[in-house]
Amino acid sequence: MSARAPVISLRGISRVFGRGESAVKALNGVDLDVAQGEFVAVMGASGSGKSTCMNIIGCLDRPTGGDYFFCGLEVSRLSPDELALIRRHQIGFIFQGFNLLARTTALANVELPLIYQRVPKKERRTRAEEALAAVGLSSRAHHLPNELSGGQQQRTAIARALVTQPSLLLADEPTGNLDSATKVEVMNLLADLNRRRGITIVMVTHEPDMSQFASRQVVFRDGRPVGDSQKEAL
Amino acid sequence: MFASTIRMALRAIAANLMRSALTVLGIVIGVASVVALVTIGEGATAQVRSEMSAMGDNLLIVRAGAARRPGEPHQDAAPLELEDAFAIAQEIRGIDQAAPSSSMKTIVVQGNTNWSTSVTGTTSAYLPCRSYDIAAGRSFTQTEDNGLKPACILGETVREKLFGNDEALGGIVRIGRTPCPVIGVMAPKGENTMGVDQDDVVLMPIRAFSRRIRGNDDVAQISVSVSDDRSTTAVKASIEALMRDRRQVSPGGMDDFEVRDMKEIASAISEATNVMTGLLSAIAAVSLLVGGIGIMNIMLVSVTERTREIGIRLAIGALRAEVRMQFLVEAAVLSGCGGILGLLLGNAGAYWATRSMDMPFIPSPSIAAVALLFSIGVGVLFGWLPAHRASRLDPMEALRHE
Ligand SMILES: Nc1ncnc2c1ncn2[C@@H]1O[C@H](COP(=O)(O)OP(=O)(O)O)[C@@H](O)[C@H]1O
Ligand SMILES: [Mg+2]
Repeated sequence: MSARAPVISLRGISRVFGRGESAVKALNGVDLDVAQGEFVAVMGASGSGKSTCMNIIGCLDRPTGGDYFFCGLEVSRLSPDELALIRRHQIGFIFQGFNLLARTTALANVELPLIYQRVPKKERRTRAEEALAAVGLSSRAHHLPNELSGGQQQRTAIARALVTQPSLLLADEPTGNLDSATKVEVMNLLADLNRRRGITIVMVTHEPDMSQFASRQVVFRDGRPVGDSQKEAL
Repeated sequence: MFASTIRMALRAIAANLMRSALTVLGIVIGVASVVALVTIGEGATAQVRSEMSAMGDNLLIVRAGAARRPGEPHQDAAPLELEDAFAIAQEIRGIDQAAPSSSMKTIVVQGNTNWSTSVTGTTSAYLPCRSYDIAAGRSFTQTEDNGLKPACILGETVREKLFGNDEALGGIVRIGRTPCPVIGVMAPKGENTMGVDQDDVVLMPIRAFSRRIRGNDDVAQISVSVSDDRSTTAVKASIEALMRDRRQVSPGGMDDFEVRDMKEIASAISEATNVMTGLLSAIAAVSLLVGGIGIMNIMLVSVTERTREIGIRLAIGALRAEVRMQFLVEAAVLSGCGGILGLLLGNAGAYWATRSMDMPFIPSPSIAAVALLFSIGVGVLFGWLPAHRASRLDPMEALRHE
């Protein structure tokens, strides 16, 4: 393998919620590098800071300390709009709670990121349809989220994250509320994307079975990574 | 992008149709009342104008007896004379015609039919002064104007009452005791502002009328038609000077006659209409303001309710300006819809009102444009704060909302 440039580089990242007595240290000195084309599974107990870390990686949240370099860019120096542009063009985010627009069909939900990318209407429509087809949801394109099962909503969210063809895909417990058959389906889909399209994936899961689909496992405890399959292999 | 923003706004409005409708009620009422009032005002002004021009363009009317002022004893002013009209016609520059006239209510008989009407003794100059047209036959000749020989021109109403379907020209009607050959019939003019039928008249040469019908030489009024390129005000002043001289009004004394400018009356009426329209428009503007505050209120509520949606949009890469634009467009579309609704309602109201008042209905595209722009402006103005608030949300916090 050639030297792969790190897509994500976290250096001493900390994130404190609240102030004074009630302050919560969600992240406490995270050092983590993720290279282009990796498929990383982030594991750890509930409350260990996985989601907080994902939000910072996804440029949705800012660390209270440390440095985050995204493709060599120092993220903490960027304005809210510059962060938005990174999210728009580089990152696909599959949220823990789907986060679909409620009164909007699956297809329109998938189209939404393309609207902000100013993709022309026709192309938008075809690309959204293709993304839905890729997750096997073509037949449900015109249903509202509340007319879809949990698995179908999850797949819509995946299609929305993929439709922009991001270089980095972040998934926060993408199999959280799925039955075991669907879980495997979704994981196969992600592994396939990683292998075929070379998309870098960081995925949070608390299920060891699911983490086996990834090429690297990182374990969080008390706001910092305590185990990394890559380092252990070295 | 903009098209999809508008589509998004329409969908958001439709999602809460009842609430949207109630929200824009203020705008609807505001726009509807402005549009209705202005349109009715326009109709009224147009009607006054058309009646004034039907009465005669650039018409001055000279009468004996000044408008009395409170506290002053009433003096009976000497009547006008035929010579006054001739003097005006000869000495005043910038006039086309000057017609002396005097009227009396009289019974006119034809065969077994009689009809009580207003008989006016005057000259052929009266027709152009008062914008009467000859529909059949002819006007008075100069000989008739100055002579005692009876002849008459019938208004359409009188012709219809006395002759019906028969030919009036060449017929003879009896006015009082005087048989008069009918030499002409005037084209109908309809009612004037006061509802008086302007076709219920008979015209006669003034000398013949004075001698045979009225029994005195008094002239009630002189109608003066001012040339198109002359200012009625200037001509009015020179007539006043002439009449003061002829009637020997002492310098500084009160005039015992008056010269009325029909244009002044017309502009006074339309000015009064404008003042009314202005006042009512101010009230309507207040209701637009209230409507705007209603929109701001509901948009603030909407931003709070849709915090999650805003979070999702920001998370997938919407810029602050794009979120702000979305809510601004939503407010503008909301108030714009209110404006359109108000426009339709206002025009319907104005249509009904003008029809029931027998006025012309003149829907104005410029008022429509102004009303629409105004209501959209109200939406943008009052939508700004809620939109700004939406755009300032932190994506993380917005996503965690509820
Ligand atoms: N917005 C927030 N405000 C306050 N505390 C937070 C917030 N987000 C996360 N936390 C706290 O930070 C810690 C880590 O949370 P999180 O990253 O969600 O854990 P995980 O995803 O691993 O279950 C938890 O103690 C949680 O209560
Ligand atoms: Mg979590």
